Amino acid sequence: MSTATKQIEELANTEYKYGFVTDTEQDIIPVGLNEDVVRLISSKKGEPQWLLDWRLKAFRTWLKMAEPHWQNVKYEPIDYQGVSYYAAPSEKKKLNSLDEVDPEIRATFDKLGIPLEEQKLLSNVAVDAVFDSVSVATTFRSKLAELGIIFCSFSEAVKDHPDLVKKYVGSVVPHTDNYFAALNSAVFSDGSFVYIPKGVRCPMELSTYFRINAKNTGQFERTLIIADEGSTVSYLEGCTAPMRDENQLHAAVVELVAHKDATIKYSTVQNWYPGDKHGKGGIYNFVTKRGICKGDRSKITWTQVETGSAVTWKYPSCILQGDDSIGEFYSVAVTNNYQQADTGTKMIHLGKNTRSTIVSKGISAGRGQNTYRGAVKIGKNATNARNYSQCDSLLIGDRCGAHTFPYLEIKNTTAKVEHEASTSKIGEDQIFYCESRGIAKEDAINMIVSGFCKEVFRELPMEFAVEAQKLLGISLEGSVG
Amino acid sequence: MLEVKNLQVRVEDKEILRGINLTVKAGEVHAIMGPNGSGKSTFARALAGHPGYEVTGGSVNYQGHDLLDLDPDERAREGVFMAFQYPVEIPGVNNAYFLKAALNAKRKQQGLDELDAMDFMALVKQKLKVLHVDESMLMRSVNEGFSGGEKKRNEIFHMAVLEPTLAVLDETDSGLDIDALRVVSDGVNAMRSPERSFIVVTHYQRLLEYIVPDYVHVLADGRIVRSGGRELALELEEKGYAWTEPAGARK
Repeated sequence: MSTATKQIEELANTEYKYGFVTDTEQDIIPVGLNEDVVRLISSKKGEPQWLLDWRLKAFRTWLKMAEPHWQNVKYEPIDYQGVSYYAAPSEKKKLNSLDEVDPEIRATFDKLGIPLEEQKLLSNVAVDAVFDSVSVATTFRSKLAELGIIFCSFSEAVKDHPDLVKKYVGSVVPHTDNYFAALNSAVFSDGSFVYIPKGVRCPMELSTYFRINAKNTGQFERTLIIADEGSTVSYLEGCTAPMRDENQLHAAVVELVAHKDATIKYSTVQNWYPGDKHGKGGIYNFVTKRGICKGDRSKITWTQVETGSAVTWKYPSCILQGDDSIGEFYSVAVTNNYQQADTGTKMIHLGKNTRSTIVSKGISAGRGQNTYRGAVKIGKNATNARNYSQCDSLLIGDRCGAHTFPYLEIKNTTAKVEHEASTSKIGEDQIFYCESRGIAKEDAINMIVSGFCKEVFRELPMEFAVEAQKLLGISLEGSVG
Repeated sequence: MLEVKNLQVRVEDKEILRGINLTVKAGEVHAIMGPNGSGKSTFARALAGHPGYEVTGGSVNYQGHDLLDLDPDERAREGVFMAFQYPVEIPGVNNAYFLKAALNAKRKQQGLDELDAMDFMALVKQKLKVLHVDESMLMRSVNEGFSGGEKKRNEIFHMAVLEPTLAVLDETDSGLDIDALRVVSDGVNAMRSPERSFIVVTHYQRLLEYIVPDYVHVLADGRIVRSGGRELALELEEKGYAWTEPAGARK
């Protein structure tokens, strides 16, 4: 092994920075999954009958399904009966201000650097923090309410806006969609809900932080964002999890609906615990994210920076139903040590003149395995549809892997589809060149990797881009010398 | 400034340098010439600390320190600069950003305040002017898509901004047309000063018409076989490298 590779490996051995556990009393239901558990979750949340029926339908569907194994990842079988499906901080009284939030929880969020503090509120970020399964505090809500914007936890939306929830939940990702979506539909605990009324441009970035804290609890959050005609919203999702030995299952569902002339920008920085450097522990991140550009000239942009999780399995997708609608997917996925990621997107062109762009940057270090899997489907009525895909892989060291699986299905001859792919290695020459200018090796590698990801980072909101760049540095610290 | 004693360097399993001795004083310009495979570039890269070049013997003293004891980035921050024969492309990394990181790393080492973006741009623009380099070069990714000439010019630009104490130019003239050669040489000449030394590695005498050296050394088979003044380069031009080879090697 060359010296550079060795140093890279040494760098890869940096510990997970967010591995701490918050000691709050939790209300956890016993492990196991059956109809009674589904009923219990629903009753704990005081849900209406229709939602319980929907959950049960999903649960029965799930029972008949088999866990998918076509993805290019390997992991120990999941014991679905060995997981607790609900955990909530036990203090349940209604909170009126941030000061009432449990200090322990506040401390956790502070450690994570979540802008719950009043001063940070001024920085124009509204935060809906999901701690294990219950939304702790939603900031800025009243200001948003003046514009008619609804930004609240999913549970609250069920109570306060049942018609909207009923109309849209499962409309983009039906409970029959796949194994993990069915599971989520049966047992989802909380999540975020956003509704932007007609013609409203949401004046601030909406942000949610997810954090898995309790031991042996899966997190099954569910997010639903609806942008009505002519509205615009940018939504940020950040995720961390404490260090746990057992693998924890995270099976979320995110649904986006963009009506005529609406724009939704959904950005994720995912930093779940990736397991230790020997591949022990870590989060299984099996997520279904899909948006529909329902109306003409609507637009959905997915931007994701995936640096965490032991196993990642997600394909944020766009159904381009409206004419002239646009779908975009920008992704950076980092796998280090024994992490595995199988991620990409599906662009389903149904309307005329629909356009999609896919930019995927995979970075593999240590023994990490990184797979891009993307599908572009052009329906027979999608005249003049266009797609541009670019998949680049960067390898650090010589024990990692990068794989690309592009699928194309074209039923309209006017379609224009372009695909470009590249695989490169961080060269010792590149590192040495930086060093010869006085830049330390670690900084050099961060710089080279950031440069590689530039096209994706520039799609992120400013604040997030800075955080993403830092995270990249942290997650490659052990991998890159 | 620099004292190289009996330097021996191996690349993979091949011994390339078999004992180089060279003393460079402050303000001097030394040219290292030699045929292909004589070890010129190896010498340059070993001074810069390239990881592929293993020093197996000898010593290098730079400003009273053991240079070989320092990592490549430390050497750079101590004022050693190497202009690459083949500058490396770093896609997505803005040239100005790169250079600012490099300059501030050096300033930090020297105990100086880091330059902010404004001060840095002011400094850089002034350097660009002197070198007749187009401002657009700042915003492009480091060397990406640069022509051969642009890459070499960028090296000189980096050198001008970083203001090294010892600059090693590794075949900076290779692949340059006469205009580019002039630009590069003017850049180097503008930086000559009593405090700064240069080691200019070149295959051709041509470069030395523009950058006039104080001393010329001829390398053959990993050793300096001739040293002299400017006139040695001319003599070489006339007689060819075969003339420098040790008697035993001559056919």
